[in-house]
Amino acid sequence: MIALLMMVSGCKKKPPPAPPTPPPKPVSATLSANPTSIQPGQSSTLTWTTDGADDVQLDGQKVNASGSQSVSPTQTTTYHLTAKGAGGTQDATAQVAVAAPAPTPAPTPVPTPQVTDDQLFAQAAQDIYFDYDKADLRPDSKQVLAHLAEVMRAHPNWKVQIEGNCDERGSTEYNLALGERRADAARQALAQGGASADSLKTISYGKEKPVCTDANEACWQKNRHDHFTLLH
Amino acid sequence: MLNKAIVIQAGLNRTICKAVTASFALLLFLALLPATKANAQDWIRTGTNRGAPIRMAVPDFKPANSDPGNGPLLSVFNETLWYDLDNSGIFEMVAKSFYPAGNPGFPNDIKLETWGNPPPNAAMVAFGNLGVASGKVEVQGWLYDVKNTISPQILGKQYKEDATSDNARVIAHRFANEIITRLGGVPGPTESKIYFISTRSGHKEVWSMDYDGARQQQLTKLGSIALSPRISPDGTRLAFSGLTSSWQIMMYSLDLGRTVSFPKFGGGNYSPAWSSDGTKIAFSSSMGTGASEIFIADASGAGAKRLSNGKADVSPVFNPKTNAQIAFVSGRTGLPQIYIMDTDASNVIRITDQGYAVSPSWSPNGLLLAFSWVRNYGPGILGGADIYVMDIASRQIVQLTHDGGRNDFPSWSPDGRHIVFQSNRSGTEQVWSVLADGTHLQQLTREGRNSQPNWSYR
Repeated sequence: MIALLMMVSGCKKKPPPAPPTPPPKPVSATLSANPTSIQPGQSSTLTWTTDGADDVQLDGQKVNASGSQSVSPTQTTTYHLTAKGAGGTQDATAQVAVAAPAPTPAPTPVPTPQVTDDQLFAQAAQDIYFDYDKADLRPDSKQVLAHLAEVMRAHPNWKVQIEGNCDERGSTEYNLALGERRADAARQALAQGGASADSLKTISYGKEKPVCTDANEACWQKNRHDHFTLLH
Repeated sequence: MLNKAIVIQAGLNRTICKAVTASFALLLFLALLPATKANAQDWIRTGTNRGAPIRMAVPDFKPANSDPGNGPLLSVFNETLWYDLDNSGIFEMVAKSFYPAGNPGFPNDIKLETWGNPPPNAAMVAFGNLGVASGKVEVQGWLYDVKNTISPQILGKQYKEDATSDNARVIAHRFANEIITRLGGVPGPTESKIYFISTRSGHKEVWSMDYDGARQQQLTKLGSIALSPRISPDGTRLAFSGLTSSWQIMMYSLDLGRTVSFPKFGGGNYSPAWSSDGTKIAFSSSMGTGASEIFIADASGAGAKRLSNGKADVSPVFNPKTNAQIAFVSGRTGLPQIYIMDTDASNVIRITDQGYAVSPSWSPNGLLLAFSWVRNYGPGILGGADIYVMDIASRQIVQLTHDGGRNDFPSWSPDGRHIVFQSNRSGTEQVWSVLADGTHLQQLTREGRNSQPNWSYR
């Protein structure tokens, strides 16, 4: 009986000739990134297409034949798409450049305080204010002037201009005279406080240079003042 | 309220036709003002020609030929002539709707009785013609006394200038002045100028204009701040206060069209004023003392001498009749008041007794002071500044403006009948003129802010 089996197994029928296999479809793959350059923290979109592939991988991850994916690399990265198919294997790459991170600013050295003359002057020479039609120095004005005189004594080369001003009520010409009185009152106080006579110059602006123009007491008071300028 | 009429002769040499009967005098009806409070009805008519103002008819001048250039020049001429006579203070203009038909252009055209009878009832007729030929404009003008049928002609004038709109205006002013001088006794203001401060160029500068507001033009180009313009009596130089590194009295030459040199003084120098003979200048200066005082100097600026010692003295003005007194403003007792002193600094007298009084202007006849006054000043009382006129001898005062706004810097016309001043009644500071009786208020400026007007001496 074994002989029969052997005869059966050995006597295969000759298979019919295989039909010729069609040539395999060529594999293509494209990969692009948009945008191609980002700042750290931003993202870019990778977009790919393939043709004739049945195994598509993006950097080791299996992906669809075509698709897109958002990526946020922290440093410049080149992405690889590998498409495998009967026709072969195709690779595609795309690079996303990441701008260099902003350098941590070097700590600024704390400057040794170098106050300029202008700053020192501005601190000491605050505007002083007057009552209506008066050139009398108020108590707080006297304090300001006493301090300014002190600072001026320490800076004997300073030349200070005292500008007398008035509010907008009243007459142009009389206000020039009133401004003179206000400037002169400050000049006298500064001279008494030790400032030298030739470091002091007075000028009246009357009501010609208002700092505000509203018709109310708040603005009028602002204008009834002496202003101090360091002459250069 | 006491009414007291004060008659002040304003007429000087009068060469007036016998037929003219009106009396030419500046009359002031003054009210005694209660000492304690302002009387709401205390403003009084001050007539500049009591008796009867002369009824004046001025038909439009006729074209002398058919030149097409006549139209626009006639328009300017007629408008200017009418304004000049209407605002002169001595005429009552007969409305044109009452005139007989047909404008007379020549003496043969006039039928006197149609002018003297109703409806016109005119006492005087001014008429004539204007024609352009060969680039020149020629005007013939007559003034007729309607009641004098035998020899009515008072004036017969002829003018010829280059044919421009400006000259049509100038001729009208000239003819009007002939009429006003003849019938009013003193020359009118029609050929005079007003100098003032304007901001319209971007800086406060000195400007000039005709007395009626025409032909406004910039004079100074300081590019900083110019204030307080005062024209010299001969009209050739203008003093003002200008700011560079300090306030100085500066002198502008109208002949040269620029500033000329003037001495610089220490401190701040303000409010220059001329004596009427042109030899002296008074001004306010803080030189030497640091406080504003009245100084006097030669017109060249030489020989400056301090006159006052109030420590807040400003705005001097000479008595133009005598040049022996100066009125000025002083804050020596607190709020500013008006004072008068002799030019040698003696006899200082206080003129106002309350409120806030500034900007004195002395009338040409030396008898009146115009000034700006907030009469009732005090906390809570929002008094306006109005123009007042005071008879210096009697100290009686008349209120000229009544709108309670801000009226300041009055300046008398050379004929003593008009006052120009600054007012904010239109919303911004502008220059206005008015007759001394409060009538014929005219706004002279509109562009920018305009202030501190100063009327020329002639």
